[in-house]
Amino acid sequence: MVEIKTEKYKEEAGRALKDQVLQYALADFQERLSTAADIAYRNLPEGPDLRFKAHDMRMQAIKNLDILLEIFAEKVRQNGGHIFFAEDGQTAVSYCLKVARKHNVKQVVKGKSMVTEEIGLNTSLMAAGIEVTETDLGEYIVQLAGEHPSHIIAPAIHKTRKEIGQLFSEKLGIPYTNDPPSLTRAARKALREKFLAADMGISGCNLACAETGHITTVSNEGNIRMATTLSKVHVVFMGMERIVAGLEDYDVLFRLLSRAAAGQNMATYVSYIGGPRSDDQVDGPEEIHIIVLDNGRTRILADEEFREMLCCLRCAACLNVCPVYGKIGGHSYGFPYSGPLGAVLTPLLIGVNRAKDLCLGETLCGACKQACPVDIDIPRMLLGLRAKLAEGDPGWNVTQNNRSEKAMYKVWSWLIGSRRLYDLSLRLIGILQKFLPKKDGMIRWLPFPFNGWTMSRDMKPIAEKSFIQGRRKVKN
Amino acid sequence: MIRQSSIINRQYSIKKVSLFIQCLVDIMFPEVGKAMVQIFDKLGIPVSCPVDQTCCGQSAFNSGYRDEAKVAARRYVEIFKDADYIVCPSGSCTMMVRRHYPELFHNDQKWLKHISHVSSKTFELTEFLVDVMEVEDLGACFNGKITYHDSCHTLRGLEISEQPRKLINKVKGVELIEMKDSDRCCGFGGAFSVKYPEISTAILKDKVTNIVNSGADVVVGCDIGCLMNIQGMLCRMGSPIKTMHIAQLLAGV
Repeated sequence: MVEIKTEKYKEEAGRALKDQVLQYALADFQERLSTAADIAYRNLPEGPDLRFKAHDMRMQAIKNLDILLEIFAEKVRQNGGHIFFAEDGQTAVSYCLKVARKHNVKQVVKGKSMVTEEIGLNTSLMAAGIEVTETDLGEYIVQLAGEHPSHIIAPAIHKTRKEIGQLFSEKLGIPYTNDPPSLTRAARKALREKFLAADMGISGCNLACAETGHITTVSNEGNIRMATTLSKVHVVFMGMERIVAGLEDYDVLFRLLSRAAAGQNMATYVSYIGGPRSDDQVDGPEEIHIIVLDNGRTRILADEEFREMLCCLRCAACLNVCPVYGKIGGHSYGFPYSGPLGAVLTPLLIGVNRAKDLCLGETLCGACKQACPVDIDIPRMLLGLRAKLAEGDPGWNVTQNNRSEKAMYKVWSWLIGSRRLYDLSLRLIGILQKFLPKKDGMIRWLPFPFNGWTMSRDMKPIAEKSFIQGRRKVKN
Repeated sequence: MIRQSSIINRQYSIKKVSLFIQCLVDIMFPEVGKAMVQIFDKLGIPVSCPVDQTCCGQSAFNSGYRDEAKVAARRYVEIFKDADYIVCPSGSCTMMVRRHYPELFHNDQKWLKHISHVSSKTFELTEFLVDVMEVEDLGACFNGKITYHDSCHTLRGLEISEQPRKLINKVKGVELIEMKDSDRCCGFGGAFSVKYPEISTAILKDKVTNIVNSGADVVVGCDIGCLMNIQGMLCRMGSPIKTMHIAQLLAGV
């Protein structure tokens, strides 16, 4: 099971804000990647508007998900693969364990996969006595440190070279160095042994093609290709929304994904996996199992307001531009999906009340939508989630978050409904603010619930006469 | 003086504008409202300012209180239904009216029709001046170095970026210096700023640092919410840098 710590958002964010190393890493990382993606979008032959076409493509696939999945399953079987539809994480994990037992699997190598993080696969495999090795360099570092990824495509962004040097020295028994090529070589050497010894390779799936029955993975390290071809069994975990109708859509989506994620025209390794090794092939797994995971996605699909979230390609472009993520980092979100996409997806997957801070703790600046390769309207959905928290929603098992705030807005709606009442309340505030401490005409301290403002900022008092009050005597 | 009269002599097809005054401007920054009036006076266009208006309801909407926001939206329609052009000194409130009002009533055909009619006539000040009236030079003067902050809803919500810069560049005596990351959020986010003050402050610190590093004397913006946030920290730091709404800059002579 995956550990959920969304309730500790504020606490974790506070810790991240004090971590100077993390602050520096996040700022540097965001600047590099957001600039790279921006330039890469602008250099698209079709221009940045290709994102809108990609959005339509993804929405089309999502709307036809049932049909596409059926065609895909049929193709996978025709290609000699096994396909399993898992309703939830537990079912998916059980199936994987069953396959592992059948092949007497002792060691697993993994390609980077967010969906396996979502269901906490590693913990379950290890509990069954299976050794699991993450083979993406960032994931490997995080795993050695006993931590969780803090970014979707750069899992170890929160760690410094020095920390990694110490970690490798301790865990891999190499002399201490903080030289990146030396550290990478050490990881490569250690991982090669794991690749060769593994009985099972596990990967995610960036997209799956209904037309051909392929699953496709992209990486920059080649580790996923190794993990999926060297072992005799390959198990793929894919979210049920990863599907496209035909290979033509791949062209647009992979070009956008690579640009959005890393500012590349195309990722270094793009692997099309269409089934187990056939008799005339020299390498590849003997068996391939594709686990298609629902785990709450059908519910998202059924709700028109949030269906768009299923278009997400998990490129993390929204993390790279988000001012909030840029300050609090991935761990604060308390679930594998962080940043703006996590702020929508996590509440929908694990419960809105439980993850309320994720959707309330965003500024609605809209940078995420602009950076998204498939133009997902994340701010619109954050607002939708806030509406559920404000009023409660039995359909999503959401209970009203804050009754006194609701009452406050009720009173507010009466006040703004009448200029006379509104003016009266202004007069009252005008009287009350006389008692607040000021300096150079600015308020230095505000009472609860506005005290957060004056923690770091002064506040201008309200004017003696409002603009509208001043206009009363002017004939309109 | 020649600059001034050339503006006044130009004939505009617009007969009258109605001012939709953001609540923060109304109650805390009335000088911005006065500057709006001065701008249209300079242009020789009669101004109407309905004195029953209160608030667009954005704060309720952004916190999820949609029934309460609807009260504000209905009131807005009642007040402005007969206006030809409604001009607002806030990108954020304009976005609320233009984008979110129709969303609020998407299941109510009768109101949706009214709302869409009124919201399509609502403009943010700088887009109204540059895109609708095709004015860039308002004959204003200001001696000093200015940097412009792109408010999120003005920039990404309404795609207004060039308009304020064109207007600022035409102000006599101004040197416009672009700050680093002018398009990055200032950390205000309405209720976010008081619910998550530590995160808001951290984001704001970056913004203020970029403003200070720009070397500007004044930071200008199209949304008083962001400016209030920025001003709050500049004041607390004891910085001599001032904040100014673009209407105040354009009204200046």
